[in-house]
Amino acid sequence: MADYVIEMLNITKEFPGIKANDDVTLQLKRGEIHALLGENGAGKSTLMSVLFGLYQPEKGIIKKDGKEVHINNPNDATALRIGMVHQHFKLVECFTVLDNIILGAEPMNGVVVNRASARKRVLELSDRYGLKVDPDALVEDISVGMQQRVEILKMLYRDNEILIFDEPTAVLTPQEIDELMEIMKGFKAEGKSILFITHKLAEIKAVADRCSVLRKGKYMGTVEVADTSVEEMSRLMVGRDVELVSTKGESAPGDVILKVENLTVPSKTSKKDAVKSASLEVRAGEIVCLAGIEGNGQTEFVHALTGLEKPSAGAVTLLGRDITHAPIRQRSKLGMSHIPEDRHKHGLVLDYPLEYNMVLQRYWEKGFQTGGFLKSRAIRSYSDRLIEQYDVRSGQGSVTIARSMSGGNQQKAIVAREIDKDPQLLIAVQPTRGLDVGAIEYIHKQIIAQRDAGKAVLLVSLELDEVMNLSDRILVMYEGEIVGEFDPKTTDTQTLGLYMAGAKRMDKEG
Amino acid sequence: MWLLLKYTLLYASVLALVALGGMFSERSGIINIALEGIMVIGGLMGVVMINILNAAGVPAALGVILTILAAGLAGMAYSSLLAFSAVNLKADQTIGGTALNLLATALAVVIAKRINGSDSPKISYNSTTNKALCNLDFSFQVGKLTLNWFIVVAVVALFAAWFVLYRTRFGMRLMSCGEHPQAADSVGINVYKMRWCGVLISGVLGGIGGMAYIVPAVGDWNFEIGVAGMGFLALAVMIFGQWKPAGIAAAALFFAVFRAMANIFDSIAFLNAMNWPKEIYNMMPFIASMVVLAFTSRNSRAPKAEGVPYDKGSR
Amino acid sequence: MKKKNTAPRLGSTSDSLGSLLASLICILAGLVIGFIALLILGWITLAQDGNSVTFGEMLSKTWNSGFKAILSGGFYKTANTMGMGVRAEILQAAPLIMTGLSVAFAFKTGLFNIGAAGQYTVGAYFALYAALVLKLPWWACLIASAIGGAIWGTVPGIFKAFLNVNEVITSIMFNWIGLYGVNTLIYQGGTGAMYNTNTTKTFTIKQVSPESLLPTFNVTIGEKGYFGKMFLPTIGIFIAIGVAILIWVVLNKTVFGYELKACGFNKNAAKYAGINDKKNVILSMTIAGALAGLGAGLFYLSGSKEWEPLVSTALPAAGFNGISVALLASSNPIGCIFSAIFISHITVGGGYMDASIFPGEVSSIISGVVIYLCAFSLLFKSGIRKRFTPKTRAAAGNGKEADA
Repeated sequence: MADYVIEMLNITKEFPGIKANDDVTLQLKRGEIHALLGENGAGKSTLMSVLFGLYQPEKGIIKKDGKEVHINNPNDATALRIGMVHQHFKLVECFTVLDNIILGAEPMNGVVVNRASARKRVLELSDRYGLKVDPDALVEDISVGMQQRVEILKMLYRDNEILIFDEPTAVLTPQEIDELMEIMKGFKAEGKSILFITHKLAEIKAVADRCSVLRKGKYMGTVEVADTSVEEMSRLMVGRDVELVSTKGESAPGDVILKVENLTVPSKTSKKDAVKSASLEVRAGEIVCLAGIEGNGQTEFVHALTGLEKPSAGAVTLLGRDITHAPIRQRSKLGMSHIPEDRHKHGLVLDYPLEYNMVLQRYWEKGFQTGGFLKSRAIRSYSDRLIEQYDVRSGQGSVTIARSMSGGNQQKAIVAREIDKDPQLLIAVQPTRGLDVGAIEYIHKQIIAQRDAGKAVLLVSLELDEVMNLSDRILVMYEGEIVGEFDPKTTDTQTLGLYMAGAKRMDKEG
Repeated sequence: MWLLLKYTLLYASVLALVALGGMFSERSGIINIALEGIMVIGGLMGVVMINILNAAGVPAALGVILTILAAGLAGMAYSSLLAFSAVNLKADQTIGGTALNLLATALAVVIAKRINGSDSPKISYNSTTNKALCNLDFSFQVGKLTLNWFIVVAVVALFAAWFVLYRTRFGMRLMSCGEHPQAADSVGINVYKMRWCGVLISGVLGGIGGMAYIVPAVGDWNFEIGVAGMGFLALAVMIFGQWKPAGIAAAALFFAVFRAMANIFDSIAFLNAMNWPKEIYNMMPFIASMVVLAFTSRNSRAPKAEGVPYDKGSR
Repeated sequence: MKKKNTAPRLGSTSDSLGSLLASLICILAGLVIGFIALLILGWITLAQDGNSVTFGEMLSKTWNSGFKAILSGGFYKTANTMGMGVRAEILQAAPLIMTGLSVAFAFKTGLFNIGAAGQYTVGAYFALYAALVLKLPWWACLIASAIGGAIWGTVPGIFKAFLNVNEVITSIMFNWIGLYGVNTLIYQGGTGAMYNTNTTKTFTIKQVSPESLLPTFNVTIGEKGYFGKMFLPTIGIFIAIGVAILIWVVLNKTVFGYELKACGFNKNAAKYAGINDKKNVILSMTIAGALAGLGAGLFYLSGSKEWEPLVSTALPAAGFNGISVALLASSNPIGCIFSAIFISHITVGGGYMDASIFPGEVSSIISGVVIYLCAFSLLFKSGIRKRFTPKTRAAAGNGKEADA
C-alpha cells in the first residue's frame, strides 16, 4: 500500500499550556485532493506547519512514499517537494513579485543572482497554469488575489508535487474561489497531490476526494467526500448538531441613528483614497452589514466613523449630532460602541488585568473614580458582574491578565464591555474572526438581541455566510466605494461576489 | 578650504562606515544602538595595536593594514554580545545596545588606565611617542589635500555594500529577514544566522569607523569621552540615508560638513569673526540631525521587522 | 463562581517575587564579572615585573585592595571616618533614585528615556543658576532644577508625539546638545556669572548663597552624632524617597496612571478607549525630565561638587546609571530606592579601591553588565509567567514599535 505519498502518523505537538495536535494521523494519496477540516483552533495549521518543517512534533512520524523522513526545516520540505500556500501570505512587501518567488531558491550566476533566467522560468510557469502575475511589480502594490498567485508560483517554481493550501479561500470572492478550484483540479490532473485546509464544507464538497477531520487537536477520522453529507461532516467537526442558520425575527427599523454622507478617507499606505465618498444610514432596530473583500476600505471606513482616523471629506451624524471631527471619547459618550476588528491591537490592553479591560471605555466615569483616584472596589464588582452575566471564562476572574485568556473569551469580554455600555449604535467589525462555533453562535445571538432591543447595528464582515445570516440589509464595498445594496432574502452569495470583485455595480442612490 | 575638505572627508568616511554598519544590522532586523560602543572598542583596539606594532617595529604599510583589521575584528567581537542577546535571547535591542555603550566606555577607560599604569585615560600614538608607526602613517597627500586610508576603505565599503545588498543572494536574504522574517523562514532561510551576520558586519564596520574617527584626526585620545556621540550621529545618517548605501553616502557628507566646522572654524575668516564658542560648533551636527529627522521621519521607511525579536516557535 | 481575589493589581505576588529573583541574579552575575575583571587587573599588576604569581596571592590582592571596597561601599573601613563614606553613598543615592524614577516612569508609558543624562545636565544648570545668580532658597532651586529637566524632556516628547521621531534618537541628540549648551552657558568664554576663573569651576554655593544649600541632618548613636559636624548628609535622600512613593501612588492608584500605563502597554488600545495618546507621551516625558532634573538639583545643591565646564566633556553618569536603577527595579518606583542605593554603594566603593591597580570605573563595568543582563531577564521572567499560566494564547507581543 505505498499508495500514500505522505503519511503523518500519530503526530503530537504541544505548545506551552496547550496540546495543538494530539495523536493525529493524516494519509495523503497520490493525485488526490484531500481536505483537512476543522474549526478555528482545531490544530489544522499546526499540523501543516509540522509537515512543512516549521515545527517539530513531540511524537509521531512522517513518511514520504512509505519511507520515514525527518523534516527539520522548510528546506527539508522543499527537498521532499512539499510546498505550502500559507494562510497569512509570507511575502516580503517591498520586494518584487519575482524576488519573492525565487527567494530561498535563487538561481546564481557566479555570486550574482541571475534574475534574467528566473524571470523566464516564472513567466513560463505563469503562462502554463494561467496564473497571471506581473513579475516586476512590488508585492505591496498588487491585489490579494495576485498575491495568492505569487504564493502558488513559489511552489511551482520549486517543482513541488505535494501542495498544501492553508485556508486559501478566506480572502477570495466566490468567483475567485471557483477559479482556484479549477486550478487545483488542474494540478490534480497533472498528478500532484493536494492538501486543502478549510472550515467551509461547501468547498470540500466541490473539490475534495477525501476529508480528514480534526476537533480540538484530536483526529476524528477520514471520510470519502462523495459518500458523506455536509451535516455528517459538520457533526464530526463540531461534535454536535449545529444550527447553521441563526434564527431571528423580522426587523422593525425605526429612526435613523447613524448617517454617513460622502465620507472620504485618505489611505495611509498609498496616495489613493481608501474610502471614496461613501454614504449609508443605519436605523434603530436593524442590522446593516458592510460586505467586501479584505482591504477594500472597510477598515478605514470604520476607523473614520469611530474617530481612529480622520476623514478628508464628508459628514458623519450620530443621533442628529455632527460627529465628523469629534474626539473618540465624545462619540463613546453619545452612545457609540465599537467591537474592533483586531482585538489584540485595539480591543484590549493585553497586559492589564481583565477588570481594567472591562472598564476601558468607562474608567473615567463618576462611578469608577473620584478626584482622579480609581475606585478599585467599584471596578472589581462591575467586572465581576460582567464576567458572570456574559459567561467570560478566565483563570483567576477579574485579576486575570487579559493576555492569558483564550481568544474566544477575550472577544466575549469585549462584547460584554461594549454591549453593557447600553449603546445606541453598535459597530461590530469581524466580531467572530478566528473563533470556534460555540463562541460564534453566542456572539451572533448577542448581536441579534441588540437589534431586537432597538439598537442600530453596523456589522462589517468578510464571511459571506455571516453576512447572509445576520443582516437585514447588505451593502457591498469595493475599492472604497459602496457599489450595491441588497436584501439578504432576495439575493445570493454569487451575486454579492460579483459586486465584491468589482465586476458589477449599482448606480449610486441619492 | 583644503582644511575644510580634509575634515569633511574624514568625518564623512567615519559616518559612512558606521552608518553602513548600522544599515546591515537593521536590514537584518536588529536595531544597533550599540554602534557608539562598538566604535569605542574598535578605536581602542586600533590605538593599542598601533602601539604594539610600533614597539615591534613593523613596516608602516603593514602596520596600517594590521591595525585596521584589528579594529574591525574587535568591533566584530564586541558586536557579538549584541547579536547574542538580541538574536538568541530575544532581549530588548535598545536596552541591550545601551548597556554595551556604557560598558564600552567603562572598559576602554579601565584598559587605558591600566596600560598607562596611572590615572590617565589618555593614549598617545603620535609621531613624538611613536617612531615606527604613528597616526601620520594613516594619512597621505594628494596635492594640497590630506586624505587618509579610512576614506578609501569607506568608498570601497559603500560600493561593496550596494553590490552585496542588491546583487547577491546574501543581500536579498538579509533584507528579507529585516522585512518579514516569517517569510524568510518559510523558504528555508535561517533568520538567526542572517541576523548574526548583519550584526557582525555592523561590528566590523563600526570598529573600523571608531578607529577612523580617532586616529587620523589627532595624536592622542582620552577614552573618557568615548567617541562623543559619533555613533549616534551615524544612526541619524543611516535614517536620513533611508537605509540605502547611496543615501548614506550623501547624508554622511552633509553631516560631516557640520562636524568639520568644529575643527576648523577658527581658521575660516567669517566664522571666526562671529566669535562663537567652540561648543556651538560641537552642538551643530546634533541640532542638524534633529532638524533633518523632524522633517524626514514621517516618510522614512525603516525595515519592517526591525527591533522585533524573531521567535521560531511562536505562532 | 469567581472568588474575590485580594491579589494586587498588575502582577501577582509571585510575579514580583520573580522580578526580585531576576534582579538578584543580575546583580550577582554583574558582581562575578566585576570580580573577574579585578582578578585580571590584579594579575597583570603582580605579574608585570616578570614575577610568578600564585592564584592565592592574586585572590588576596584582588580581595583586599579591590573587591572588598566595592562590596563594602560607603562602609569601607578606612574611608568611613566620621561617616564620610556613608554620607557619600547617601548623597549619590538621591540623584540615582531620581534618574531611576525618570527612566522607570517613561518605561511605564512605553518610552525609553535614554535622555535622563541630558535632563540631569540641564536640571543642574537651572539649579546652579537659581542658587548662584538668583540666590533663591533651596526649595525654589529644586523647583528650578525640575523645570529645567522638564523642558529637556518635553522636547523629545513633542518630537515623538507629533513628528513620529523615535524618542531614543531624539533624547540622545538632546543629551549632547544639553551638555554642550550648558558648558557654553556656564563658561561664556570665562565671563560666565557662575564661573570662577580661579578654580575653573562654578562658585561654591556655600560662599555665594548658603540659603540655597539643602538642609542637613545627623544621626545620633548614643550621645555622639554618627556623621562629623563638617560633613553632614542632606535631606535629599528623604526627598527622593518621598517622590518615589508619590510616583508609585500616581502610577497605581490614579486615573492618570491608568491612562499612562494603558498607553505604554498598548498605544492603539489606549487611543481606541479615547485616551489622548499624544498628550500622554508628552506629559510622560515632561515628568520623566522633571524627575531627572530634580535629581541633579538634589546633588548639586548639596554643595559637595561644582560644575567644571571645561572638562565636562562626557555626559553625567547619574543619567545612564538611572537606566540600571530602573531595570533592576523592574520599573517599580519603590524598587528604585533600593536599586539606586545598590548602584551608589558599588560606585562609592569602587572609588575606594587601590586606584593604581584597580580603576574605579570597574563599578561602571558592573553597572553596564547589570543592564545587559536585565535586557533579557525581563523576557526570562515573562517566560516563567507564561509557562505557569494555563492555556496561553499569547499574541506575538511586539513589545515596541520600531519607528525610528
